[in-house]
Amino acid sequence: MKPILQVSGLTKRYGPGCPECLRRTGALHETNQCPHCRSIIACREITFDLFPGEVLGIVGESGSGKSTVVRLLHFDDEPTQGEFRIKLNGSAGAACNPDPGRNLFALGAFERRQIRNAHMGIVYQNARMGLRLKVSAGGNIAERLLMAGWRHVGQMRQRAAELLIATEVPVLRIDEPPQHFSGGMQQRVQIAKALSTRPAVLLLDEVTTGLDVSVQARVLDLIRSLQQETGVATIVVSHDLGVIRLLTSRTIVMRHGCIVEQGLSDQILEDPQHPYTQLLVNSML
Amino acid sequence: MPLTTAMPTQPNLPSTHWRAGMPSARKRYSYAFLDEGAKREIRRKLLKAVAIPGCQVSFGSREMPIARGWGTGGLQLTLSLIGPDDVLKVIDQGSDDSVNAVNIKKFVRNVTGVPLTTDTRVATLIQTRHRIPEEPLHANQLLVFQVPIPEPLRLVEPSERKTRRMHAEADYSRMWLYLYEDIVRFNEITVGARYPVMVNGRHLMDPSPIPRWDVARLNQSEALLLFCAGREKRIYAIPAHTDVEPLSFEDFAFRVENFHGHCCSRCGCAGSFLDEVIVDESGRRTFICSDTAYCEKMRRRGAAADAAQEENR
Amino acid sequence: MLRVENIQKHFISHVLNGKEVVGFRSVSFKVLPGMALGLSGPSGCGKSSILKCIYRTYLTGMGKIIYNSQTFGTVDLAVLPENEILALRRKEIGYVSQFLSVVPRQPAAEVVAAPLVEEGVSRAVALQRARGLLDRLNIGARLHAAYPATFSGGEKQRVNLSRAIIRPPRLLLLDEPTASLDAASMQVVLDLLLEIKARGTTIIAIFHDQAIMDRLMDDIYTMPVKES
Ligand SMILES: Nc1ncnc2c1ncn2[C@@H]1O[C@H](COP(=O)(O)OP(=O)(O)OP(=O)(O)O)[C@@H](O)[C@H]1O
Ligand SMILES: Nc1ncnc2c1ncn2[C@@H]1O[C@H](COP(=O)(O)OP(=O)(O)OP(=O)(O)O)[C@@H](O)[C@H]1O
Ligand SMILES: [Mg+2]
Ligand SMILES: [Mg+2]
Ligand SMILES: [Zn+2]
Ligand SMILES: [Zn+2]
Repeated sequence: MKPILQVSGLTKRYGPGCPECLRRTGALHETNQCPHCRSIIACREITFDLFPGEVLGIVGESGSGKSTVVRLLHFDDEPTQGEFRIKLNGSAGAACNPDPGRNLFALGAFERRQIRNAHMGIVYQNARMGLRLKVSAGGNIAERLLMAGWRHVGQMRQRAAELLIATEVPVLRIDEPPQHFSGGMQQRVQIAKALSTRPAVLLLDEVTTGLDVSVQARVLDLIRSLQQETGVATIVVSHDLGVIRLLTSRTIVMRHGCIVEQGLSDQILEDPQHPYTQLLVNSML
Repeated sequence: MPLTTAMPTQPNLPSTHWRAGMPSARKRYSYAFLDEGAKREIRRKLLKAVAIPGCQVSFGSREMPIARGWGTGGLQLTLSLIGPDDVLKVIDQGSDDSVNAVNIKKFVRNVTGVPLTTDTRVATLIQTRHRIPEEPLHANQLLVFQVPIPEPLRLVEPSERKTRRMHAEADYSRMWLYLYEDIVRFNEITVGARYPVMVNGRHLMDPSPIPRWDVARLNQSEALLLFCAGREKRIYAIPAHTDVEPLSFEDFAFRVENFHGHCCSRCGCAGSFLDEVIVDESGRRTFICSDTAYCEKMRRRGAAADAAQEENR
Repeated sequence: MLRVENIQKHFISHVLNGKEVVGFRSVSFKVLPGMALGLSGPSGCGKSSILKCIYRTYLTGMGKIIYNSQTFGTVDLAVLPENEILALRRKEIGYVSQFLSVVPRQPAAEVVAAPLVEEGVSRAVALQRARGLLDRLNIGARLHAAYPATFSGGEKQRVNLSRAIIRPPRLLLLDEPTASLDAASMQVVLDLLLEIKARGTTIIAIFHDQAIMDRLMDDIYTMPVKES
């Protein structure tokens, strides 16, 4: 099986940078900040593959660089270094279906956005990042469809309604702005939006953080069932090993911007190798 | 191309005197008021604007002897383009006689000596605020629009840096979303003036506050259409024979104003953009052509036809 | 079918300042296709760890686990890429322990039917077969729509087993899946295992119950003693 997504050497630095940066940060040095120039190496040399239909977890403490990786893959931010390839079914070479050999980070902003609009969906940790809270729920979903070139209001509304049903948001509220929705409902609208264009890759950044436990459970169940139905290859970012256990088959463990361990999720949980992973697993309730 | 015919450089033509400020102070200005450097800059920026249809180009807007917001942008274009062979027409919302139009007209005549006209067919250069003349334009004419707000995305994004990036990446989904929400709320697109248009399939453009009636007439124009915002220092253009498409949905087509069968009560014409006016104290309303010169022409033509009929009898 | 060569497992606990625990030392055995091998030895000798190494829940420190797979040919499970291990788990290798390992908040019948649905069997047919299997294992209709997380220990174990054998894998790893079953249920489980074995499933199992070991196993591997 060929990976649908290949990431290699992904590095993101915030700050001016100096020759010391990479040598004096990382898991070994217990920091992601260069002591010399104060730059933050938010993530460094991140390399992994994502396979079709797979759910991959990224776990790590706060500040370890999980969101940065996801943001870079969604082209929300420019990487300092690294390569990113995507291999989709269908004819390569079309506007939004790049040659699988192309490094997507080397493409222009316009092309990258087209690829993102056609093939990626994202759910942000904070609904404010992923939704326009003052635009109707249906409009939020329509925005994604509009980006992908939809131009029929009736069809967009129908698709939005379908997705709201699938994500268990009352369809009657399609024209209400999500600013007054509960946290769980906002996340559902985000999920609906992310799935609206039937993406090949879904990025989920701490989807359940900050939700009540019972709401968390329902959102997780929803993600599980939608993922199984659509077979969308998914990256789940979480600092919660419970979420990782429930949703993922493989897991990457990050610390201070580095991957310290990766493996099958049950192996990570039952036979962790790296001291940090062991600490993480041992601190699980 | 009309641009070349309209861009003569004539350093030593008789400069006209212009009375500024205090009545006693007379000052000599170069031809067409602006110094040659300023004109050259505007012409260069215009070339760029024409080369990238619908794309906003910034320029160093000068102080003009009229208040900003009263057409200083349009006026600077007019002054940079005008030559002694030009015939000038200036309209304000379709009217040749509004104070604003008259002031601009007089000013340009004073600093250039060009003849003025109200006849659209005769004019070579037309400066306008918020209308396109009713009579079809031809290839040897320039139409200069006064633009209050050049940025069509301002409605959805206040940050200039962000709107620039949106243009660079042709990312217009926010504008589309705005229209979608409009439809969801009102079951139609309520945007009236400043209806956003896609130029040459690439740039979203603000057509200035012309009615939708005129928006539809931007497409495949015979004449070169030039736009300038003085306060915001932006120039943009639609070259002749360029596709201009108002944003619309497959199931919510773009529609121009509908006058529900009304005709102009002055000239009787049915195919022009009409203004609704109150005619007496009782509040009685009637419709008349917004383009006054056109109305007058049609009225005279009608009268002549009547007269001819009379004679034939 | 499977040949284990000199595998070892050590656990190094960094949380406990690098304390090393021996899981098992130098284990070698082989199982022929369609056969059942039992692992025996005292508590703590590393039986469970071996099954987990084969299933890759544990990483194998040293040695080889040569498996003759249908999908990828002959492979070493100790070093096979993770995505291929996942593919084998989906298609060929099953694992059942005494602990419930199913998705929460899913009715028992759905849990058991899932492997069939994944294989392309229609939901209705899959559910019907799942119910049949649960019935056979004395999980009454009342429980079919309930969440297994709320079940008794013995009921959970039977759901676990049903899920693993509804679509018999080529290689089935069993780690005391009957620890808390009564004699009657045990008999049913034994019958079921004999059935799938007869249909070709290779089994590696740990049972504390000597009767099952005697009746199911073709061979017993006795774990080497750990010198401490
Ligand atoms: N725009 C930025 N400018 C400077 N530093 C940043 C920026 N964004 C992130 N960082 C830094 O990069 C590091 C990684 O941040 P990131 O948000 O990826 O962490 P995370 O693993 O997602 O954490 P959390 O679990 O808290 O969400 C942090 O040290 C953070 O402070
Ligand atoms: N994840 C682990 N981390 C650390 N040590 C472990 C781990 N798993 C097993 N061990 C240790 O390895 C040894 C073997 O354990 P294992 O569970 O394989 O024994 P067993 O033979 O299955 O015993 P039982 O018959 O009691 O189930 C034990 O000393 C145990 O403490
Ligand atoms: Mg984060
Ligand atoms: Mg054991
Ligand atoms: Zn540095
Ligand atoms: Zn009229």
